[in-house]
Parts: sequence; structure tokens; C-alpha cells
Amino acid sequence: MSEQKVIEIEVLRYLPESDQAPRSEVYKVPFTDDMSVLQGAQYIKDHFDGSLTFRWSCRMAICGSCGMMINGIPKLSCETFIRDYYPNRITIEALANFPIEKDLVVDLSGFIEKLEAIQPYIIPKEPRTVEQGEYIQTPAQFAEYIQFTSCINCTLCYAACPQVGLNPEFIGPAAIALAHRYNMDSRDGGQAQRMELLASEDGVYNCSAVGYCSEVCPKHVDPGNAVNINKINAAKDYFLRFLSPKGGAK
Amino acid sequence: MKTRKRSNAPVFWGLFGAGGMLAALFGPMLVFITGVAVPLGLILPAGAMDYPKMLAFSQNFIGKGFIFAVISLFMWHAAHRIFHSLHEIGIHAGFGCKLLTYGVALVGTVVSAVVLLGIGF
Ligand code: SF4
Ligand code: FES
Repeated sequence: MSEQKVIEIEVLRYLPESDQAPRSEVYKVPFTDDMSVLQGAQYIKDHFDGSLTFRWSCRMAICGSCGMMINGIPKLSCETFIRDYYPNRITIEALANFPIEKDLVVDLSGFIEKLEAIQPYIIPKEPRTVEQGEYIQTPAQFAEYIQFTSCINCTLCYAACPQVGLNPEFIGPAAIALAHRYNMDSRDGGQAQRMELLASEDGVYNCSAVGYCSEVCPKHVDPGNAVNINKINAAKDYFLRFLSPKGGAK
Repeated sequence: MKTRKRSNAPVFWGLFGAGGMLAALFGPMLVFITGVAVPLGLILPAGAMDYPKMLAFSQNFIGKGFIFAVISLFMWHAAHRIFHSLHEIGIHAGFGCKLLTYGVALVGTVVSAVVLLGIGF
């Protein structure tokens, strides 16, 4: 058998009860080639310090809870492998642009509020009775929004976005992509309501088209594209509201 | 839910987009013609940009429009870029920055319009 390989993992620690500010700690973690960075963190928790705190659940890139900054890049730690960094040191930190709650756990309440604000559900064009039967949707109509349904709310895109960092009120990539997902759904009639938010000062125009959100997205949602499409939509809404009888969004 | 103000960004974003489009289409060509080809006498006939020719160009309705769009929209594009770049490097002077960037574009627009109209038709 070959010798056990050991990697240094530097963790940004923050225990709110005892720490004034986040501090770094380095652990020497033995690993095998099939181990993810998440498993590295679990090794530290099991063998060195049981107080190390981080979120995870599925271990297969679908629950979206294990995001962290890995050598400065927002990634899902369960699908990032230690072997790809060896023999260099791995640095793991809480996701950027969020307040740290404890160690690698960030406070997501702001993000949840944004998700709620875009009304992420179908708002029917007109009330529909059971007797009227199901909605009919063509494959082409389905194709309009399917890509934007793949979001797992991992918030990697928020950690990547410099504009979220500059203005925490910015609705941000994932929430805008989700708003777009419902706007594009042929069953939905809520676009005007969502437009109020997208066209607001916290809306799409905060984006300066950096595109890093789409780059880090593990599900290829391309939230940056959704944001940019809605700049055009919001611009149309801005100018056309003078012509439209309803006056568009407020 | 908190109420949010509608952003007036579409106005500036629209001018920025139009200027960007125009800059991509004509910018490099204009730099080449005015900065390289004509001064060095390359490709274009000598005197292609002589005063009488340029005067005639700017007195023509379409020529006037072209010059105006190229000056004004390029400036709006640049202003928007600079405004956002300042924000990105941490200068958020808000209204002051807007005045400096968009204000310059507005002055450029007004001056070019006045001068172009002053040249006559
Ligand atoms: S858009 Fe992509 S990066 Fe952003 S939260 Fe959704 S899955 Fe994660
Ligand atoms: S643990 Fe679920 S996405 Fe990584």
C-alpha cells in the first residue's frame, strides 16, 4: 500500500461566543483520492474539533447546502475533490457576501426574503376551476423556462457577485432567475407584479454584467442571462408604461 | 413587504446600450480612418477628410445625424461605464459621481447639437 497522503486544510473559524473576529486555523488531514472537501471538513470535525460547524445534507450536489469559498472560489464542497488541490493547501471559508453565523455557516435570511419577494409560484392569469381541467403546455413553452428551474438555492452566485457585495439589497442572480422562470411560464400571469421588484432600485440594473454568477453556478442555470434579459424587459416596461392602458408597474 | 422605488436606470442603460452598439460597429473604423489611414495617406484618396468635404458632410442631414450620434452616444456609453467602474472600485459618491459622468455626457450632447446646428444645412 502506498503511504497515506496528508493535506493541509486552512479553515476560517468563527465562534460567536468566544471570537471577536474570524480567525484561521490549519488542520493536517489524511485523505484518499475519493474524498471531497466536505469529507475533509467532516474529518476535522470528527478528529480534531467537534465544534467546527458547516452545512451539508445530500453529498451529491443537489441540496445546495454545502457551498463555501474554496481557495477563494465559491463551490459546492461535496463535489470538489481534495486530490485536485494536493499537495497545495486548501483554504475554506464561509461564502462571501453573507454575514457569518458560525464558522462556515452563513446567515441566509436576506436571501430567503428576496426569494419570497419575487413570488416564486404560479400566479394564474385568471382563476381556473377544476372542471376546466389541466393546463396544456407545449414542449416549446416548457423549453422557455426549464433551464431556470434547475436552481438549488446554493447561493454560490451571490458569493460570486461583486454587486451583491456592494449592495446587499440587490435582489441578486438566483432570485431574479427564479422570477424569470415564472415569468416565462405560459401558465403564469404575474409578470407585472414581479416587474415592480425587478425594475426597482434593488433590481436588475444593479448588475454590471460581470457574469461570474453564471460561471460558478453548479447547475448551469445561467442566472446572469436571466438578469440581462430582464434589463431589456424592465426597460420596455419603463418606456411602454406611458402607452399601456394599465400603466405598467408602479 | 417593503416598497421600492422604480429605478430610472433604463434611460441611462438605454443610452449606454445604444452607444455600445454604435461604438462596436463604428469605433474601430473611425479610429482607423481618422487616426491612421487619412494622416498617413493609406488606402483612402489624399484629401479624403479635407475641410470642404467634411463641411459638406456635416451640412448633409444624414452626415449631421451620424456625427451627432457618434459623439453623443459614445459619451453616454463612456459615462455609464465610468460611473459603474467607480462604483466597483469603491467610490460611491452617488449624485456627485452621476453629475461628473452623465453630466459630461449631457454637456457633450448639448454642445455637439448646438455646433452641428450652427454649421447649417
Ligand atoms: S442560480 Fe446556480 S449558483 Fe445561483 S443559487 Fe441557483 S444553482 Fe446556485
Ligand atoms: S451536500 Fe448537498 S449539495 Fe453538497
